[in-house]
Amino acid sequence: MSKHYSSKALLLLAGVCLGGTAIAAEHTVQQQNKTFVQNGAAIEKISVKVGDVINFKNEDPFFHNIFSLSPLKTFDLGSYPAGQSKSVTFDKAGMAEVECAIHPQMFLEVEVK
Amino acid sequence: MFFNRIKGKGSLTLLCLGAIISGSVFAASGPSKEDAKKFLRPSEIPQPANNKMTPARIDLGKKLFFDPRLSSSNFISCATCHNPALGWSDALKTATGHGMRTLGRSTPTILNTAYQRFQFWDGRERSLEKQALGPIIAGGEMAQNLDELLVELKAIPGYVKLFEKAYPGEGIKGDTIAKAIASFERTVVSSEAPFDKWLMGNNKAMSKSAVRGFELFKTKANCVACHDGFNFSDNGFHNIGLKGNTDGGRYEIKPIAVLKGAFKTPTLRDVAMTAPYMHNGEYATLEEVIDHYNAGGSKVEGLSPNMKPLNLSKKEKTDLIAFLKSLTGKQTLVSVPHLPVVN
Repeated sequence: MSKHYSSKALLLLAGVCLGGTAIAAEHTVQQQNKTFVQNGAAIEKISVKVGDVINFKNEDPFFHNIFSLSPLKTFDLGSYPAGQSKSVTFDKAGMAEVECAIHPQMFLEVEVK
Repeated sequence: MFFNRIKGKGSLTLLCLGAIISGSVFAASGPSKEDAKKFLRPSEIPQPANNKMTPARIDLGKKLFFDPRLSSSNFISCATCHNPALGWSDALKTATGHGMRTLGRSTPTILNTAYQRFQFWDGRERSLEKQALGPIIAGGEMAQNLDELLVELKAIPGYVKLFEKAYPGEGIKGDTIAKAIASFERTVVSSEAPFDKWLMGNNKAMSKSAVRGFELFKTKANCVACHDGFNFSDNGFHNIGLKGNTDGGRYEIKPIAVLKGAFKTPTLRDVAMTAPYMHNGEYATLEEVIDHYNAGGSKVEGLSPNMKPLNLSKKEKTDLIAFLKSLTGKQTLVSVPHLPVVN
């Protein structure tokens, strides 16, 4: 009986893992010098796929507050300090505008395909 | 012999002496390369491609700025509140508008607005062109009907010529009024202050107290968390914990929790000229401002996480104020223009 459950759980876990790697990717976007940065370069636009996760990491010595009021994805990550990060899953196709509430010159267009 | 003596008294004495020597050397020395890069005044004034500054546009804008006929009462000009004799503000706690009505927010200086990414205390407009018409037509401020204003200006031959010279073929309309005023406002920039001279290598331009104040500004007092860059503003919005404030501020523009009671970080250039301070003019002096920040503000909803008690000593507060005063440049004389009349 327990063997039966274990193998089922294993299968399920394998399925989730395989499914995860096949579909969703994780992108890290840093906040540096009040700009959005990816792989060392300032960006104002990023393209991701449906289901992908963007990890917003604060690397400035002060707080940021990432949010979006776009109909595609409305969220408010709240204020967080240097070194911390928060993630958002973009689960529908379309465009979203992401900003920092504290520093509104920080602007990122997220294209979800 | 001297060094032998202190050596005998142990490493703590040496350490103290080292700290004193390095402190005094620092106070007499200039800024770091990083300071110069971050805080030096830019050599150029940013201007939009569709409204490049020309002498004709600046001249027209200046006349409009000083012309009380832009208000419905024909009594209030932009310069009534943004008075160059008072640091381009009005020295009032909060502004006075149409019909002598007291308004809810203080008059921000227009100094260095060319460099601001957002205009008004709540940042509701991005460009000076979009900002310029706001107070003219706002009911509480100059309370002008734009259509009536256009009729009035078109009846003044001098203005017809000035508009044609500044914006050939475009005519007198809200857009050209706004663009001309914005062109003039872009000329209102801070002059060289003792801090700028010090950044440029004149070590005697600032007192030792002011130099220490600058270090505190960047470190223990952490003022740079918001008052950053040459204009001493991060172009950001923060709730600094003003007790009893009921003004939603930026939250009324962007309904995000952190923006409740948040207002734009104002410039600190010429700050000694622009009392009273804060969006509601709550504090009359820089000393009161420093006391507010030293306490970490009041514990209000939405208080910025950057606000924390600073535990500044009396001397450190004096140093900070000395530094803030070193940001005020020599005030340039501003001439009042002759305005075109109907006849």
